[in-house]
Amino acid sequence: MVADGGMPPDHGPRFAERAPDALNNPQLRRNFRRAMDGLMAKRAAQFPDPAYWAELRERGAAVKARALSRLPDLLERLESRLTANGVQVHWAETTEEANAIVLGILQQAGARTVIKGKSMVSEEMHLNAHLERHGIEAVESDLGEYIIQLAGETPSHIVMPCIHKNKDEISDLFAEKIPGLERTGDVDELTAAARRVLRERFANADAGISGVNFAVAETGTLVLIENEGNGRLSTTLPPLHIAVTGIEKVVETLDDIPPLLALLPRSATGQPITTYVNMISSPRKAGEKDGPTAVHLVLLDGGRSRVYQDVELADTLRCIRCAACMNHCPVYTRVGGHTYNAIYPGPIGKILTPQLQGLDAAGDQPHASTLCNACAEVCPVKIPIPDLLVRLRREAVRPTETPATHLPVVKDGGAERSWTESLVWAGWRLVYTRPLLYRMVTRALAWGGNWVPANAPLMRDWTKARAKPRFKPRTLHDLARERGYLNEVPK
Amino acid sequence: MSAPPNTARDAILGRLKAAPGRPGPDLPPWTPPTYADKLARFRQMAEANHAEIHDVTAANWLERLATILNNRGVGRLMVAPGTPRGDALLRAAAQGVPLPTLVPYDQSVEVLKDALVHQVDAGLTGTRGAIAETGTLILWPTAQEPRLLSLLPPLHIAVLEEDTLHDTLAAVVRDQGWAAGMPTNALLISGPSKTSDIEQTLAYGVHGPKELIILLVRKEGE
Repeated sequence: MVADGGMPPDHGPRFAERAPDALNNPQLRRNFRRAMDGLMAKRAAQFPDPAYWAELRERGAAVKARALSRLPDLLERLESRLTANGVQVHWAETTEEANAIVLGILQQAGARTVIKGKSMVSEEMHLNAHLERHGIEAVESDLGEYIIQLAGETPSHIVMPCIHKNKDEISDLFAEKIPGLERTGDVDELTAAARRVLRERFANADAGISGVNFAVAETGTLVLIENEGNGRLSTTLPPLHIAVTGIEKVVETLDDIPPLLALLPRSATGQPITTYVNMISSPRKAGEKDGPTAVHLVLLDGGRSRVYQDVELADTLRCIRCAACMNHCPVYTRVGGHTYNAIYPGPIGKILTPQLQGLDAAGDQPHASTLCNACAEVCPVKIPIPDLLVRLRREAVRPTETPATHLPVVKDGGAERSWTESLVWAGWRLVYTRPLLYRMVTRALAWGGNWVPANAPLMRDWTKARAKPRFKPRTLHDLARERGYLNEVPK
Repeated sequence: MSAPPNTARDAILGRLKAAPGRPGPDLPPWTPPTYADKLARFRQMAEANHAEIHDVTAANWLERLATILNNRGVGRLMVAPGTPRGDALLRAAAQGVPLPTLVPYDQSVEVLKDALVHQVDAGLTGTRGAIAETGTLILWPTAQEPRLLSLLPPLHIAVLEEDTLHDTLAAVVRDQGWAAGMPTNALLISGPSKTSDIEQTLAYGVHGPKELIILLVRKEGE
C-alpha cells in the first residue's frame, strides 16, 4: 500500500471559485504586486551573468538529480551518520505518523511549550494544531510566521509567509494581540515588540522545532538557512531540538552544499547569502556549554515515495523551496497564495499538491496556469514545471499505471475524467481532421453561432470565467482566400 | 549497529528501492569565483550586509576594542575564557584597563540563561575565517566559545584575522577538508540578525544581534 499525502483532503472551494475574491481585492493585489516586483528585481540583480547562472544551475540541478537517483542509499547513509553523531532518526509514512512521533518525543521529555523555526513540512503536518490538541503550546518565532499565527491565518508564500499583509494590518494586529503595546506604524518598533515577546518564549521553551533545508548524508549534517536568528535560537537554546523534513532534502556530500547555497538565497530573496547558515551535526557534546542535549530528525514521506515512482514526475522532488517560481508567476502574483487553498501555493504547489493530496482533491491546480514558462526559466534546479503541469492534466483524465502496483501513477489519477469533455474533444478531432466537415461547421457557426446562449450546456463552464466568443459573419478561411492566400496542402 | 524494527522505515525504503532506477548525472563543471583582492571584496560585501568593520592590529586590537565599547556605552561584555581573545580581555580587565564589566561564559547555558537572554550587551567571539564572495564570517563554536555567544547579546563583536580570508564557501569546505569532521555546530554569519517580513522593510536585530562589529586584524601591523 502506498502512503497517501497525509494532508486532509480539501473540501473547500476550488481555485477558480476563490480567485475572483483575490482579484477583486485591490489591497491584496497591491501588497502582492509590490512584494513580487521587488523580489523579481532583487533576484535578477543577483544573476547578472547569464553564463555563470547557467553553469551554476546546471550544477545545482545535477546535485539534486544525483541525490534523487541514490535516494534510498543516501537516506540510509544519512541515518547511520546521524545516529553515529548522536542524533535520533525517525521515519514517518504520513503526516499523522510524523505528528505522533513529534508528540511522543515531547511528551516523553515532559515538554509543555515549544518554540518553532519556520518549517513548511510542519505546515504540511498541521503540527501546531496537533500539539495544541494535546496540551502543548507551539509558538512560531519567524516574524512572518508569528504574525500569521497571531492572526489565525496560514502562510500565503513559502518564504515570506505574511506577504499578503501590509504594515497597517500588522500594526492593528500587534496592538490588539500584544498586551501593553501602543499601536505603532514603525517597522523597527513592531520588530522590537516581537523580539521582546518571543525572547521570553525562547527562554522558557522546553523544546525547539525546526525544518531542514539540506541534510548531508556524508557527514550527517542538517543545514538550515535564515536571516532572523530565530532558527538558530530554536535549535540552540531549548534543551531539546526536533527537526522535521521531507525525505527529498538529503544530498550526498558536503561539497554539494556550496552550489545549492549559491542558488537558494539568491533565487529566494535576492540575497547573496542569508544572515545565518546553521549546520548542525550533533547534540551538545560533553563539556560544551550550550546547545540541545537531545536532537531528533523526523523524516517524512507524506506521499513523496509515490512521486518518486515516476521518473518524470520525480523531478518535482528536486525543489529546494526558494519560491522563485511563485514570485515570477503571472497567476500567483495576481491572486496570492491563499487562493490555492494548499500548503504549497504557486507553480511548485500546482505540481506538488496534486501529487501529495491526489488529483481528486487538487486536480484543478495544474489548470491554474497559463504555461507561460516563467517558472521553469527561474527555477534554480531546472524543474520543468510546465511539462509536469501538462503531464498532471493528462494523468487527471487518462491515468497511467505503476507497473509494480497497478495503481495510478498519481493518486486518484483519472479523477477529472468526464464524458462530456471526452465527447467534446472527440468531436473537435473529427471536425479538425475533415476539411469538408470543418468548412460546414465553421460556416454554420459563422451564420448562427451568436444565437447560442452563454449559459447553454457545454458553454456554461467555459463562460463562467470568460466572455463568450463572438463569431464573425465570415470564416477565417474565407478572409484568407479573399486576401489571396493559396490553399497549400502540406506534402 | 542494526536498526530496530521500524515498519515506516522499511516501507519507505522498500518503495524507494522498488522504484524504477534512474541514472544519476555526473556533476557538470562549476567554477566558483576567485578574487584578486579578497579583502576588498570581503569588505564590500560585509558592509553591504550591514556589518561594521574596524581595522586593527595584533598590537592595538584590545585598546581599539575598549574605545569602541566605551563609545557605545556597552556595560556588560560576555567573553569566552579559554580562548586567546577572551583570556586577553580578562587579563587586561584584571590589570585595570578600562573595559565594560566582563561576564565570562564559563558555565552551562542553564546556569547563565538569564544573563545571556537579558543582561549582557555584547558578546565577543573569534572566527575560523571568512568568505570574500559573500562577506561571511565562519564560526565553529567550541566548548570554550559556545554557540549562543554570537547570538543572544544585542551586539556581536567578531575578531577576524586577515590571513584567514577565503574566496568562497566551496573553496574553504574543500581546502580545509570540512567533510572529514564537522563540529557540533558550524556557522556562517553574514551581518546582524534581520528581517523584511513586514512590507519588505529591512529591520535589524529581530532575534539575534542588532549590530555586528568585525575587528579585522591586519597583517601589516604585526
